[in-house]
Amino acid sequence: MAKSPEIEHPSKAFGWAARDTSGLLSPFNFSRRATGEKDVTFKVLFCGLCHSDLHMVKNEWGSSIYPLIPGHEIVGVVTEVGSKVQKFKVGDKVGVGCMVGACHSCDNCDNNLENYCPKMILTYGAKYYDGTITYGGYSDTMVSDEHFVVRIPDNLPLDASAPLLCAGITVYSPLRFYGLDRPGMHVGVVGLGGLGHVAVKFAKAMGVKVTVISTSPNKKKEALEHLGADSFLVSKDQDQMQAAQGTMDGIIDTVSAQHPLLPLIGLLKTQGKLVMVGAPEKPLELPVFPLLMGRKLLGGSCFGGMKETQEMIDFAAKHNITSDIEVIPIDYVNTAMERLVKADVRYRFVIDIGNTLKSSS
Amino acid sequence: MAKSPEEEHPQKAFGWAAKDSSGLLSPFHFSRRETGDGDVTIKILYCGICHSDLHNVKNEWGFTMYPVVPGHEIVGTVTKTGKNVKKFKVGDRVGVGVLVDSCKRCESCQQDLENYCPQMVLTYNSYSQDGTKTYGGYSDIVVVDEHYVLRFPENLPPDAGAPLLCAGITVYSPMKYYGMTEPGKHLGVAGLGGLGHVAVKIGKAFGLKVTVISTSPKKEDEAINRLGADSFLVSSDPAKMKAAINTLDYIIDTVSAVHPLAPLISLLKLNGKLITLGLPEKPLELPIFPLVLGRKLVGGSDVGGIKETQEMLDFCAEHGIASDIELIKMGDINMAMERLAKSDVKYRFVIDVANSLSQ
Repeated sequence: MAKSPEIEHPSKAFGWAARDTSGLLSPFNFSRRATGEKDVTFKVLFCGLCHSDLHMVKNEWGSSIYPLIPGHEIVGVVTEVGSKVQKFKVGDKVGVGCMVGACHSCDNCDNNLENYCPKMILTYGAKYYDGTITYGGYSDTMVSDEHFVVRIPDNLPLDASAPLLCAGITVYSPLRFYGLDRPGMHVGVVGLGGLGHVAVKFAKAMGVKVTVISTSPNKKKEALEHLGADSFLVSKDQDQMQAAQGTMDGIIDTVSAQHPLLPLIGLLKTQGKLVMVGAPEKPLELPVFPLLMGRKLLGGSCFGGMKETQEMIDFAAKHNITSDIEVIPIDYVNTAMERLVKADVRYRFVIDIGNTLKSSS
Repeated sequence: MAKSPEEEHPQKAFGWAAKDSSGLLSPFHFSRRETGDGDVTIKILYCGICHSDLHNVKNEWGFTMYPVVPGHEIVGTVTKTGKNVKKFKVGDRVGVGVLVDSCKRCESCQQDLENYCPQMVLTYNSYSQDGTKTYGGYSDIVVVDEHYVLRFPENLPPDAGAPLLCAGITVYSPMKYYGMTEPGKHLGVAGLGGLGHVAVKIGKAFGLKVTVISTSPKKEDEAINRLGADSFLVSSDPAKMKAAINTLDYIIDTVSAVHPLAPLISLLKLNGKLITLGLPEKPLELPIFPLVLGRKLVGGSDVGGIKETQEMLDFCAEHGIASDIELIKMGDINMAMERLAKSDVKYRFVIDVANSLSQ
């Protein structure tokens, strides 16, 4: 008979989990495996609240296994390392993002693309090599194979760098892969939320001109004055959109709700690229004519491999890029989820795990 | 008052035109401009029937200006040259494809991508710089700026080579642009019609492994034994499609009807590319999850620039690639259009204009 979450592993752990599709989180006692020879164990200090966490606690993608502890923007301090661990030692500041395992033998893994490995194991809600379910970062400790741990440089504040572990890599990777990172290029960012605001910062640091495209006119001031975007387009304003036709080399589309693609394709120059990083559950309508007439393309991207994630963190450290966050105590998490549904956050909630997650026992 | 098609230009011309959205073609008298200093006048020998011609005569895209003389896969002989013409002389065998003019100044034109010029003038159903409408190759003569005329290689048959001027370049250009030229990689060709069959031939010439993806099981024998495809996948067979998941590096999608993209996207490997070339009238449904999870992309492409079209013709001449055609008389055009609507042709109709277009 399968062991309960509390006793299946030797190390006691405590977190908050969702029990059913209501998505409401509450205290949850469970356990973590003992630090294996290649594992890094760390005390979790902060964990970002990603929109994926919201999708998963409510089973919106149909793949959730309850009880579910979300959280894949996890940062903390190393407390123990296994005997074969080479890259980290006790006291190091580290982070774990969206994945904690992969096969290490396929073409994708060989090319530092563990995120595309068919056997990639997600940080939460997935089956680990030992058959147990993975639990994420809304918890007091994490144990991870060293391969999937990144170092957080000293000059990056831990709380504001947590969201980089998912939001950051999710936008950094396609800016590089689709070649939208060359100085002088013009890139649009659709949606100014957790992903969008970091995309603006990364693109500006790469020397790219950035236009934010949003349905909310009241985000304009922030976008221009605080985030450094060069211009702002209200997507429902036909005149503005028309005037910007054919001006962008690429667009990073972070919107996960259903939305029309035609106006975005029109914003692209000839040979422009529309990159989807938000994942609407239902298909979108693809107008084929405009794609053909300008030899444009529409591609996807899904976070990034470990090598690139570390590269992204180091790039962020060099350019002083962090997420704009609202730090919350763990018992605010359900309210935070409700606010996230309404996009009422500038621009990522980060749970202060270290100071507010205390086991009731 | 605007002049009639017969009177607006000095050179008499005769062809077949569709007059309304029934799409039925019938004899039509019109005229061509005088051979300008940079122009070449061409006596048309053959003209391929492209599916775009069918879309246009029936106004399926909503922008047909009747009367329309279709035809943009034209092969003929030069009969007159303007005094500044350098590339051609009387008697040369030449081709004209999908475009006959562009602005020549914009970034696209400067990069030999006249096909993406915002002011590109199509061979038919478009407005010339002088404000008159263009008429295509279902006619006896055409006058074209030499820049947009292709030299037709001697060793390419003029009838079977005509479809290369649209079908050929339409598949060749994206295969080059999207990097489908690495020998050993695996290309899927969706739809085995005018575009598809040429894509198979060019794909094999690039050294690719080629799988044809089709709804018609009866096309398998031809695909493999005559066109040289390595394998054949019936897209309506769920078991076969499932077995082929994650096997293709790229797909050239030539299907012009509305069709599901999700099954094709699932056939692609990581970083796979689905290039869509057909022009359905309505948008297609695009599932985003598989693109995100597999970093896949869907791209478009629209014919090719003049330089690349010439390169394609020379490539085909070198590799002995031409279209598989059914030669018809001009008078059979309506019957051919009906058969084309049912995909009943292996694989392009070509009109024997010179021998069958009579007033």
